[in-house]
Amino acid sequence: MIRLVSLAALLLLWQIGASLSDPHRLPGPAAVFEKIYEEAVSGALFFNLAVTLARVVAAFALAMSFGAAIGYLMGRNRLADRLLDPWVVTLLNLPALVVIVLAYVWAGLTEVAAIGAVALNKLPNAIVVVREGARALDPHLEDMAQVFRFSRVARVKHLVLPQLAPYLAAATRSGLSLVWKIVLVVELLGRSNGVGFEINMAFQLFDMKLLLAYALPFVALMLGVETFLVQPLERHVSRWRRGVSRRLDRV
Amino acid sequence: MNDTSRAGGAASLDVSIASKDYHSASGRPLRALEDLRLTLPAGQAGAVVGPSGCGKTTLLRLIAGLDKDYVGAITLPEHGRLGMVFQEPRLLPWRSVIDNIRIAAPHAREDDIAALLDEFGLAEHASHFPRELSLGLARRVALARALAVKPDLLLLDEPLVSLDAALAKDLREMIARLIDERRITTLIVTHDLNEAIALGDRLFLLSARPARVAATIDVPTPRKQLLEEAAARIEAQARAVYQGKSSYHGKSSPR
Ligand SMILES: Nc1ncnc2c1ncn2[C@@H]1O[C@H](COP(=O)(O)OP(=O)(O)OP(=O)(O)O)[C@@H](O)[C@H]1O
Ligand SMILES: [Mg+2]
Repeated sequence: MIRLVSLAALLLLWQIGASLSDPHRLPGPAAVFEKIYEEAVSGALFFNLAVTLARVVAAFALAMSFGAAIGYLMGRNRLADRLLDPWVVTLLNLPALVVIVLAYVWAGLTEVAAIGAVALNKLPNAIVVVREGARALDPHLEDMAQVFRFSRVARVKHLVLPQLAPYLAAATRSGLSLVWKIVLVVELLGRSNGVGFEINMAFQLFDMKLLLAYALPFVALMLGVETFLVQPLERHVSRWRRGVSRRLDRV
Repeated sequence: MNDTSRAGGAASLDVSIASKDYHSASGRPLRALEDLRLTLPAGQAGAVVGPSGCGKTTLLRLIAGLDKDYVGAITLPEHGRLGMVFQEPRLLPWRSVIDNIRIAAPHAREDDIAALLDEFGLAEHASHFPRELSLGLARRVALARALAVKPDLLLLDEPLVSLDAALAKDLREMIARLIDERRITTLIVTHDLNEAIALGDRLFLLSARPARVAATIDVPTPRKQLLEEAAARIEAQARAVYQGKSSYHGKSSPR
């Protein structure tokens, strides 16, 4: 409810701002929604959103799986930690733009280079967060698992993953927003489709309607993923923290 | 250096530890156990009594194979399947009571698990998460979990500590009953002499750190008839061993 009110206020502000300024600099909501409709009908909007989303998913999955594996290793193994730490620190502090340009130079203006560059930007953050989680694994539970001879699979499933879940969730949240933003830059610099490419086109044509017609649905998509995918997932993995079963018993 | 093996025919627990040292990053090593020997026949309950901090948990960890850094030899009962109740319940907080048991004992039959839940008064808590349980209930879950694996050796680390008197009595009776009925070789660690006399067939009195077995005392059977006079006699004997030190008195210190 409060969210809706605040969204309405935003629209109102936008309308007021638009009526006070040059429509070429800030078109009003009506004009932008009309443009969104046009792009949607032509199919271009969905195509570009889908392309960008696919890149986000691929880069995110790559970064998270490698990040989780490397982060876990570094959190559990002193030698691996000391060996890899300088690399992680370097990667953490390397500007995104440098990684992107290097990827395009070395691997050409290809899909692999684009997705790889995005993944590489997210990777060190995933590593650092998961490493923190791996360091915090409870040795008491590990002893318990050893006494009861948990299988390797059971250890991962019942011990490691539930303890890493909050860290993975944190890495997911911060990671998704990072990946969203970098994907657009990557598309702008070296791809011929996707939301980033379209926004660049709009910029070159100085077509603010077109720019907003891509930026807004993109923001809506991000919000949707966050609200309907990430947050429920987070609640699901941490449901044991709140006395859920007791509440269910009463029903 | 050390040798943990499984007995062939004689299914007893045999512990012979020359020394166990803890090494801290700085300073000299801390000797927790020294020349500690004990033998527990199959099917019997042994009670290890000792002042707090003397090395009781250390001894259990060595027997459980959780720490292999010691000098000596430990022979487990045949098959060597372990059930253990740690000093803290150590349940998986993200799984329900019944799932905690299922996960630790993946081969246990569902009706066996249900029977265990009944036996320990846990049936109505089966779907609860550990954080919803009191310490007393959580201990019982840990006990049910340890039994679900059908252990050849049951290790209990201070199973009654930090419980109020009534709960401790309930749980003590449950443990006494399961020892009587199941005849699993069981080693109970406690700092409470009365608890040890009530539960153990054989008592091992540990010295202060570094712990060794200062005396081994067999509790006469049948336990019920003899309990009162035996308790008095054993207590006197134990007092002599500790030479009047009060550390084993029945009151558990808050921790
Ligand atoms: N991992 C460890 N590293 C160093 N010292 C340890 C370690 N574990 C235990 N100790 C020390 O070894 C001694 C024996 O500890 P232990 O936990 O076995 O005693 P306990 O008899 O079980 O005590 P409590 O009655 O408190 O349960 C203590 O002095 C303790 O501080
Ligand atoms: Mg202890």
